[in-house]
Amino acid sequence: MLVDFFTTLRRGQLPVSLRELLDLINALQAGVADMDMDDFYLLARTCLVKDEKYYDRFDRTFAAYFNNLQLQGDITDALIPQHWLDSDFIKQLSQEERDQIEALGGLDKLLETLRERLEEQKERHSGGSKWIGTGGTSPFGHSGFNPEGIRIGGQSKHKRAVKVWEKREFRNLDDSLQLGTRNIKVALRKLRKFARTGAADQLDLDDTIRSTAHNAGLLDLKMVPERHNAAKVILLFDVGGSMDPFIRTCEELFSAARSEFKHLEYFYFHNCVYEKVWRDNQRRFSEGIPTLDLLHTYGRDYRVIFVGDAAMSPYELSMAGGSVEHMNDEPGQIWLQRILDTWEKTVWLNPAQPHYWQYTQSTQMIRQQLNGHMYPLTVAGIEAATRHLSR
Amino acid sequence: MKFSGTRRYVATDDLSMAVNAAITLQRPLLVKGEPGTGKTLLAEEIAGALNKPLLRWHIKSTTKAQQGLYEYDAVSRLRDSQLGDERVHDINNYIRKGVLWQAFEAEQQPVLLIDEIDKADIEFPNDLLHELDKMEFAVYETGEVVSARNRPIIIITSNNEKELPDPFLRRCFFHYISFPDRDTLKQIIQVHFPDIESKLVREALEVFFRLREINQLKKKPSTSELIDWLKLILADQIPADVLASTDAASAMPPLYGALLKNEQDVHMLQRLAFLARREAR
Repeated sequence: MLVDFFTTLRRGQLPVSLRELLDLINALQAGVADMDMDDFYLLARTCLVKDEKYYDRFDRTFAAYFNNLQLQGDITDALIPQHWLDSDFIKQLSQEERDQIEALGGLDKLLETLRERLEEQKERHSGGSKWIGTGGTSPFGHSGFNPEGIRIGGQSKHKRAVKVWEKREFRNLDDSLQLGTRNIKVALRKLRKFARTGAADQLDLDDTIRSTAHNAGLLDLKMVPERHNAAKVILLFDVGGSMDPFIRTCEELFSAARSEFKHLEYFYFHNCVYEKVWRDNQRRFSEGIPTLDLLHTYGRDYRVIFVGDAAMSPYELSMAGGSVEHMNDEPGQIWLQRILDTWEKTVWLNPAQPHYWQYTQSTQMIRQQLNGHMYPLTVAGIEAATRHLSR
Repeated sequence: MKFSGTRRYVATDDLSMAVNAAITLQRPLLVKGEPGTGKTLLAEEIAGALNKPLLRWHIKSTTKAQQGLYEYDAVSRLRDSQLGDERVHDINNYIRKGVLWQAFEAEQQPVLLIDEIDKADIEFPNDLLHELDKMEFAVYETGEVVSARNRPIIIITSNNEKELPDPFLRRCFFHYISFPDRDTLKQIIQVHFPDIESKLVREALEVFFRLREINQLKKKPSTSELIDWLKLILADQIPADVLASTDAASAMPPLYGALLKNEQDVHMLQRLAFLARREAR
């Protein structure tokens, strides 16, 4: 039976190995857990999951397995897309209305119906009494009311609580989600990976030998100070326009990066880099810095990180005079190429969700120009980007 | 030999389960969680509850795995040889035992705390794979093999500053201490301050949770801050009514310095309080 459970977990994209399964079986045989569902859940989680970012995935898979839900490919697809469930209103129901709602039969029947509905339903839904969505009186979705409802995402409003693993307390620890206050800290600590080049060695052997020889063979120790983070980073932020929804995320990235790197230079641009960038958004027109100066000031060992949604008119990239706010003599692509030629290690972090990228022509063009080194601004994305930068 | 919290430490069901599984199967237990949720304390309490000696190994950014096993002090041997010291003939005089060695040769099974493993170099956990798995290592200088008399109970804490390598994780059990809910917090307070008024606790928790709800805080106050804060409140004999009247909207909570450790957080709270006062007008 556990083999089935194990394969379900693997299909749910949890990185579990045989060794951990054996551990779990051993623990069960040793009688660590009583034969009860809650204990088994806790024990299985302790043995099989090694990072809190997988807790949520584990909870979902565990629930799915024990509710006999069929997993279709990726479990995340099998469940309801998040945006159907964003709570936009809470329907206040009177007691009378509540009384009118009748239960739809047993749990099995509910699950059965849910599966059918899932297959039928193709778009977001709110209110009403049949489809999955927010509010309303359908038995599926959240924030609504049905005496025997199944809550899918969202907060429980009527406290008809379910099992621990169905509470999904660990949802915001999943790193495929967008960055949050906690996640950003962790993500930037990963940038330190390439910042720390080998552990420090404090005894300066060469100098000690030389100096001991000078000292007629009597030992004379020479020490050198510890080596510190030597990574140099240039951050280029897109500001204004389509970047407005991402300001918070960018701020967080910026403040974390500033505390992480001693050699950090940051500049702003709008949509695409042209002949000028600036440091202060208030005085951007009076105090611009020529991009050429940038190219000549900072050495080739700098790493360049663009942060922007790369969504603009394709003309901004490909035509002279295509910029939305000034008359540019040379197209954006040329400036981008100059940067790429100067600094080999360049990545683009894009706060927009990756599955939208293909719909924006400019995003595609930039991505191509960077040889595909465009990453989503998520924990996993930053990690992938830093891996490229540190290579 | 089951661990289920102590008089001074409230262990939730999931935590005790993880600890007991690790003890039974003799695997290291990796504990993560917000700062101040009692990760380090856990090892001390396990040692206390099971009546076993506790060995600590605090990891710093410069700590090497080898230092936990042993260190061969070649430099002082060289110096001794030049000064003609007699000790120089026995290499054992220059081998210093590390924490792991001490744990391995202990008479009674010890609890070994490896604190903040994420502070060390990335390769650090990899260098300990074999030692933690087989609980033995060889001393290169003398050819001696040190293996554990009793496999120690190993508790490893991490603050998530670095990701730990997969092979290392596979050898550990894992538990994430999530922030306690209101009832657990009440229990924890009860354990620390048995005589505290229940009204004071209620009001204090109210203020505390409201503070934690503010999203933009750089460092959210956690259990240890709450305990410190209550200690101060009791010491200053601040009555529950004062706490009740200071809803975060109208003023700063008394003795907020114990809860907020960051200047920017204090400024922000002041700003929020100011805005709320203006709105109330």
